[in-house]
Amino acid sequence: MKYLDEYRNARIARALAAEIVQRSTRPWVLMEICGGQTHTIMRYGLDELLTGAVELVHGPGCPVCVTPLETIDRALALASRPDVILVSYGDMLRVPGSKSDLFRAKAEGGDVRIAYSPTEAVKIARANPDRQVVFLAIGFETTAPANAMAAWQAKNEGLRNLSLLVSHVLVPPAIRALMVSKTNRVQGFIAPGHVCTVMGCREYEDLVRDFRVPIVIGGFEPVDVLEAILMLVKQLEAKAARLENQYARSVNYAGNLAAQQIMLEVFEVADQKWRGIGSIPQSGLRLRAEYAAYDAGKLFELEDVSVDEPAECISALILQGLRKPTDCAAFAMRCTPENPLGAPMVSSEGACAAYYHYRRNLVAP
Amino acid sequence: MPASKSIAELTCPTPLPAKDTVLLGHGSGGKLSAALVRDIFLPALHNPVLARLDDQAIVNVGGQRLAFTTDSFVVQPLFFPGGDIGSLAVHGTVNDLAMGGATPLFLSAAFIIEEGFPISQLRQIATSMNRAAAAARVEVVTGDTKVVEKGKGDGVFITTTGIGLVPDGLILSADQARAGDKVILSGTIGDHGIAILAQRAGLEFETTIESDSAALHTLVAQMLSASREIRCMRDPTRGGLSSALNELAQQSGVGIEVDESSIPVREEVRGACELLGLDPLYVANEGKLVAIVAPGVAADILRAMRSHPLASDARIIGTVKKENAGLVTMRTPLGTTRIVDMLGGDQLPRIC
Repeated sequence: MKYLDEYRNARIARALAAEIVQRSTRPWVLMEICGGQTHTIMRYGLDELLTGAVELVHGPGCPVCVTPLETIDRALALASRPDVILVSYGDMLRVPGSKSDLFRAKAEGGDVRIAYSPTEAVKIARANPDRQVVFLAIGFETTAPANAMAAWQAKNEGLRNLSLLVSHVLVPPAIRALMVSKTNRVQGFIAPGHVCTVMGCREYEDLVRDFRVPIVIGGFEPVDVLEAILMLVKQLEAKAARLENQYARSVNYAGNLAAQQIMLEVFEVADQKWRGIGSIPQSGLRLRAEYAAYDAGKLFELEDVSVDEPAECISALILQGLRKPTDCAAFAMRCTPENPLGAPMVSSEGACAAYYHYRRNLVAP
Repeated sequence: MPASKSIAELTCPTPLPAKDTVLLGHGSGGKLSAALVRDIFLPALHNPVLARLDDQAIVNVGGQRLAFTTDSFVVQPLFFPGGDIGSLAVHGTVNDLAMGGATPLFLSAAFIIEEGFPISQLRQIATSMNRAAAAARVEVVTGDTKVVEKGKGDGVFITTTGIGLVPDGLILSADQARAGDKVILSGTIGDHGIAILAQRAGLEFETTIESDSAALHTLVAQMLSASREIRCMRDPTRGGLSSALNELAQQSGVGIEVDESSIPVREEVRGACELLGLDPLYVANEGKLVAIVAPGVAADILRAMRSHPLASDARIIGTVKKENAGLVTMRTPLGTTRIVDMLGGDQLPRIC
């Protein structure tokens, strides 16, 4: 596949890894934000190639993982109502809430449907005028524009039976929260290429300036990730702190203005809870007042519930790079993808799940 | 090992908390399906033949070694590029017999038909079954039909059962793999699953990929004529190549190491998987087999396979190891190693 195979080329990847190792005078601690990048690192064993030169810390960029338990519980409550069709991205279905998950809700008779795009929820709403269609609108800045579009279309068409259960998170406030933390160890960030394709580069320039930390916007294939790491190592060795764009084949400075416009039209920035981390100020999106009629939370008068995570889960430490998944006593024993105790094990893009799927043979039994 | 591991190994069918309903994922051919067999069916129906968990049972009847198997087909859509539920129901059962080294002889076919199903489509399915059976030189000699109320089925479900004969002295079983053995794959993976997915409503892309649905027993016969030192075979259907290899590793108590760059995947399948976020290792096949063979005969068997039209792309993809018992590991093109895990469950449409 053109534009993909080049970025999986083993010879180029090995050469990049060798240069990273050769240039590093000490083990730099770098964080990849996006779960897709974590997946690539584990799938191709990139960390194995960089042992001693770079320590990779896996960031909070798996949207499924960081969706609060409360949101899942609210989706489950909606799915159990006979008048509701709950539409969701497929990978949300196996994420456990505090008591059940959407697969189980579906098995128990709930009308839960998988969509590849939120516009499918609009189609379902048109086709089922006598039912309430709720779309579980989760994700980072990457899914927000399409989710906003579904609400905008519904409003524009006067559809009265479509609403959104929103749990949107934003990347820059999460990086900010990590950088101000007293225990932070991260010395450079690989910023998520797809988020920047939508949002552009400016927000990351602010972070570089405020914290004097190098950031490289990176892609998702092994050569992308290694090239981004090399760019960070070069900066760190030169004591520089700049924003650089490794993923220039997709990301431009301004980003996708049409996508940003529809997001702004429908959503506004708000405080947001992250599963495994806690509340981060101004780190999420909610529907604007003009879209209140499309807010499933308001429409169905869903209660504000608060749920505690299992005490044994050390996800907050893992998502800050203070511990590795394999350091956790519950890893691969009491905590597995089938029975996850916490956020990073719930989706295949979470750090703990990536270690489980690709590396659990390295844990001593 | 911790308590959770030992609980998983118990065979008492005590219901586990929060697992009181059957999920779609229990039919995925992955970990959940395995749990259903292990926790419900094995304890309830236990006998030594069933406990081998092969694709077919091999029993002695009047001095003959009889292979016996059954399979249900619930594929949607019923008609797809490269086949339909009728031909699939013949191929699937013939292949389950062939994986035990049996020559398939007779099939039965049971139909559960939903009220309102068009007779013309039923005729089309029956004709297709006949064509597939004739090509495979087996006969459908008995059958049954049931009709359920509208809404209580999904068009038509078919169950086929097959019997065949296994040559004397030939033992192909999932527990026979030994360190040093070679792993051979008969061709490209993922064709069937992607052909089905591409047809599904809601997935709006078009491909030219056809299902690989085919009867494999003549290929198996050709392999056995090259050497009888085949340890075990599987047709990697639901759950894909990954599940088949994991089952073999677990039942033989060995590690299997495969080389990622040696596994053939069609360009269109790779593209579709990229788009849908799937890994071809987990996508279903209906006309492929994976064989574990003694190291000394691997080249001979490979040559025999490549001269058969269904395995011209056959290649050695890996080696059986003592290390990492029960796990499948993969050498990546970068020279690193990772686990190839069994699928937990799935959210994909029914594919066989």
